[in-house]
Amino acid sequence: MAGTAAEVAVAPASLGFRRFARRNPTIVIGSALLSVMVLAALLAPWIAGDPFTVAPVNRLRPPNLAAFFTPGTADRFGTDNLGRDVFARTIYGAQVSLLVGISVAFFSTSVGLVIGLAAGYYRAVDAVIMRVMDALMSIPSILLAIALVALTRGGVPVVIFAITVPEIPRVVRLVRAVVLTVRERPFIDAAVSVGSRPRKVIFRHILPNTLAPLIVQATYICASAILTEAGLSFLGAGVPPEIPTWGNMIAQSRLFLSRAPWTVFFPGACLAVVVLAINLVGDGLRDRLDPRLARRMR
Amino acid sequence: MIAYIVRRLLATIPVMILVAVIVFLLVHLAPGDPASVIAGDNATSDQIAAIRAALGLDQPLWRQFLIWVGHILQGDLGTSLFWNTPVAELILQRAEPTISLAATTLLLAVLIAITLGVLAAWKAGSGLDRAVMGLAVTGFSVPVFVVGYLLVFVFAIELRWLPVQGYRPIAEGLWPWFERLILPSIALGLAYVALIARITRTTMLEVLAEDYIRTAEAKGVSTRPMLLRHALKNAAVPIVTIVGIGVALLIGGVVITETVFNIPGIGRLVVDGIARRDYPIIQGVILVFSGIYVLVNLAVDISYTFFDPRVRY
Repeated sequence: MAGTAAEVAVAPASLGFRRFARRNPTIVIGSALLSVMVLAALLAPWIAGDPFTVAPVNRLRPPNLAAFFTPGTADRFGTDNLGRDVFARTIYGAQVSLLVGISVAFFSTSVGLVIGLAAGYYRAVDAVIMRVMDALMSIPSILLAIALVALTRGGVPVVIFAITVPEIPRVVRLVRAVVLTVRERPFIDAAVSVGSRPRKVIFRHILPNTLAPLIVQATYICASAILTEAGLSFLGAGVPPEIPTWGNMIAQSRLFLSRAPWTVFFPGACLAVVVLAINLVGDGLRDRLDPRLARRMR
Repeated sequence: MIAYIVRRLLATIPVMILVAVIVFLLVHLAPGDPASVIAGDNATSDQIAAIRAALGLDQPLWRQFLIWVGHILQGDLGTSLFWNTPVAELILQRAEPTISLAATTLLLAVLIAITLGVLAAWKAGSGLDRAVMGLAVTGFSVPVFVVGYLLVFVFAIELRWLPVQGYRPIAEGLWPWFERLILPSIALGLAYVALIARITRTTMLEVLAEDYIRTAEAKGVSTRPMLLRHALKNAAVPIVTIVGIGVALLIGGVVITETVFNIPGIGRLVVDGIARRDYPIIQGVILVFSGIYVLVNLAVDISYTFFDPRVRY
């Protein structure tokens, strides 16, 4: 195990794509799946039809995958109980999911990084910060998010905030753990003894050591945030129901599961594929960037 | 041993107090005060003021908190705005389905996950190992409700082997009760199995590389006692830890699973509470679930002394 980790770590990136792909199959497969989804989400206005128009005449039409690549096909993934285009709604749903996932990953790692650096470096605030983090971690994250959304009647920004808050303690713990090990290393003593100020020690010498595990953590947070957003929307405590998201689509179609399974299947499958792709990228990055964690998790 | 347990027990008090503070502030610092949320969109300012006085919201924040905590310590979690019934009573009424679901899932998931993890570590690098690891990544990526509806579609709607949804109390017979828990438990347990199997495999791989395992093999201990008594018991601490941490996952999943399978448990209570903005219910359920999570992890900490007598704090 240690051998493969070292081997991966020293492999220069310039050996060509094929070699990279052979050594990091999870990164390549994951990024490929993810790229397709991101592209589809970005190109939604051009490739997908109108996700909102209600057309009762066309309700619950089965999917027509044979005509998938024929331009202008309205029922590639079929239609839902209101006659809305499931394909268009699924593609627009990707926009919300990816936006939430990326935003939560960015905000929770940024905030968690700052708090974690403070907790790890300044002994005076450490105990207080960590007790608050313990308490936050004791509240099941989906319930905390439900409460935040339910009490503020949120839109997408509130959902992002509500999912970010419970993720912060995990980042804080990770960053603090790295800081605690790094601050005992001789180069920190050296920096302090030549007169570097705490701010410089933290940002120049400690921060860079936290980045590799932080990037890995950010991908996992992104995946779990997308799952949580879908769960919140599914429960009616997420993105407002008029916005097409995968969770909303499944919540609105679940009563038609036996007659029109495609209305649940397509958003569900896309959700699973996106989360799987991000987790695969995360696993690959972990193996490359953080061999210590990789050995523990493998 | 007793001193350790007492010390751990005392250490949970500040955490629970902080949880209470967070849950309290959540409701009271949320934009838009609870009184107008409760009163609804068409309320007059007089109605809002009346509700505010009735709930004690005109008092200073710290006093409201102390009154609230005082009530909680007496087992009073407040009164539901919609049902007009004490929240504690509602939670107790709905506890059986939730406990049934959580206990079945926990039992099934731990048994399956540890078996898979041990087998994968024992046959590391084999097809079985790769299959288990594949399941671990996938299981962690597919949301509970997608698995749930997939299972319902295949096993309840198409094959008609199991009921689509619902719950029967255990008093009405073991099979009707269990039959309705099979699909929900699988859906809820999948992510949990993935998590535990992965950790079990990793820890077992480390333990199996130890010298004393080679010694055990050399002196002729057969495979099963070697895996279970020599290796698994020494791998127990990280596994039990992840079982405890994973309970948070389970609790979040219970809320969604109960909605998918229409199980009238505590999860449904909170989901209905969201729709009606019944904030005492939301507050009460969060507090109870957080308390359970803290207690489970306390039990996990204490179990370390059983699995590894060297653990002393």
